[in-house]
Amino acid sequence: MSRRFSPKVVTANRLREGDVVYLTADDRWSPLHTEAELIEDEAHAQLRLLHAAAQKLQVVGAYLADARPGPNGPEPTHFREEFRSRGPSNYAHGKQADGKQAELPNV
Amino acid sequence: MYDYTDFDESFVRARVAQFTQQVERRLDGSLTEEEFRPLRLMNGLYLQLHAYMLRVAIPYGTINPRQMRQLAMIAQTYDKGYGHFTTRQNIQFNWPKLPDVPAILSALADVGMHAIQTSGNTVRNVTADHFAGAAADEIEDPRPYAELLRQWSTDHPEFQFLPRKFKIAITGSPHDRAVTRAHDIGLRMVRNAAGEPGFEVLVGGGLGRTPIIGAVVRDFLPVADLLPYVEAVLSVYNTLGRRDNKYKARIKITLQETGKEELSRMIEARFAEMRPLFGGADQRLLEDIRAAFAPPAFRNAPDGAFDDFYKADPVFRAWADTNLAAHRAPGYAIVTISLKAHGQTPGDATAEQMRLIADLAERYGHSEIRISHEQNVILPHVHKSDLPALHAALSQAGLATANIGLVSDIIACPGMDYCALATARSIPVAQEIATRFQELDLEHEIGPLKIKISGCINACGHHHVGHIGILGLDRAGVENYQITLGGDGTETAAIGEKMGPGFAYDQVVPAVERLLRTYLDLRTDAGETFLAATRRLGLGPFKTALYGEGARDAA
Ligand code: SF4
Repeated sequence: MSRRFSPKVVTANRLREGDVVYLTADDRWSPLHTEAELIEDEAHAQLRLLHAAAQKLQVVGAYLADARPGPNGPEPTHFREEFRSRGPSNYAHGKQADGKQAELPNV
Repeated sequence: MYDYTDFDESFVRARVAQFTQQVERRLDGSLTEEEFRPLRLMNGLYLQLHAYMLRVAIPYGTINPRQMRQLAMIAQTYDKGYGHFTTRQNIQFNWPKLPDVPAILSALADVGMHAIQTSGNTVRNVTADHFAGAAADEIEDPRPYAELLRQWSTDHPEFQFLPRKFKIAITGSPHDRAVTRAHDIGLRMVRNAAGEPGFEVLVGGGLGRTPIIGAVVRDFLPVADLLPYVEAVLSVYNTLGRRDNKYKARIKITLQETGKEELSRMIEARFAEMRPLFGGADQRLLEDIRAAFAPPAFRNAPDGAFDDFYKADPVFRAWADTNLAAHRAPGYAIVTISLKAHGQTPGDATAEQMRLIADLAERYGHSEIRISHEQNVILPHVHKSDLPALHAALSQAGLATANIGLVSDIIACPGMDYCALATARSIPVAQEIATRFQELDLEHEIGPLKIKISGCINACGHHHVGHIGILGLDRAGVENYQITLGGDGTETAAIGEKMGPGFAYDQVVPAVERLLRTYLDLRTDAGETFLAATRRLGLGPFKTALYGEGARDAA
């Protein structure tokens, strides 16, 4: 019995800046988790990942991360992805400082 | 201190030029990430959770004011105004951008610094006792040997592709402040029956997923034999070490698989071959290096106002009691500047703080600065008459926290706030423990205590050798913290014992508080440290403190 596919987003780090980005449905790399394309189908996820991995001059280390729908767009489900979408907890650096933090009701 | 020779300088410059081109070729697409990744790692550049991270070596923890100012400049120009000092006597910049890295490396080369061999399966930055050259209990300054090892291991063609990374620690004192027993090679200076200095050589120590205390393969190695002997160890390891399984590749596993006797025999056999080949060149080099580590001209002056201040000013007294250590020269003290202000990130210094430390080292400290593996900064040579003025200047910059060796002087690795390998956060746990015990105003009463926190099994935060060790794990998608007790990183080294089920993030501080209240209740008197109490009482009462009655057997 195959398990239900849990929804995913494609995420990576930008080659030049190293910051975390998410692949949107219209093929942009957004710093906002909420703007990511929430992928509900496994085959489509693999295609989107291939598409991301091909963009060698934009991003590094693309992978699929679990996510779930939220009121403002996709939200991370695992705490690691939550931190990546926000920035470190010891300083207001990274996305939370750039005003690019996703509005997450649970954080 | 040791200044780069023309050879060092041109080597580092050549590497900067090479890497500059490699970055250009990555940015224009001629190099793929697969091709570029090993190249950037060879130059200390990692990609972490939120950004790149550049790891710069501070060989044996010794740095001069000019270099410190350059680190401040880099922090301000290319990063977010601070740097993070690590347990490996490195500094990490958490936010560099890839196109800026060549300029950063070039700025480092300007002051004789680099990021070479801070990654990869090579001999990493050789770490040393942070009180080297100053400690009252020292037999000899270990840094000339560390520098000899640095020169020998840098770009050593035979040891660029070892089975795994290789860490050497060295101390010139019988009291081990460099955790030599938890390194691939640990060198602890001792004297033989004739009073000559030599090294006790330990091999195969290490923390990580399989913590092991190193085995003594030589009780006494004459100092002149250091290089051929270390080369023999590396050579045997390079042959025997497993390349088929990353988790079994460190020399500690080689030691376990081969057995101490057979491994020692092989090392000695190889050493017998190596030794004649060295022909004395290493000893001549060592002599030159030694000259570069000549002690400063210590002042012979009265202690001045030290005693008066000590008596009159309780804030100064508290700081002097915790942050000073005994110096070998009369009238001098070793000053540890705490980078552990309560609630701050352990090991972080702002650019302003770095500049101030550089200024103060020049004004009061014979221009010498050290970085400790405990993530603090040391001014190794301060005359006691200058301490009140130094303390006042440090206070103004938030650098006069009187907590060295206490609850809040916590080692914490970057954990999941930065590190891509992390399974949980460590920094905020350290911040919260420190803040809590400041509120309780208990840390001076508790006395000497080492809490060490790692954000994953790799144990960069040395949790196994913490009196209280905390390891952050991911348990089914939630941060969970395992507590170990009774670890010790000194010459009486021990690996801490796991207590039982882990604690949720918000339960760690209360758990530590229960442990320490139990200790205060049970200690014989204020002279019995936490570690001594765990050894006398066993871990039972502490397990009960963590889990309650009845949990002792179940846990
Ligand atoms: S212990 Fe783990 S989380 Fe901490 S710095 Fe090392 S690898 Fe990263």
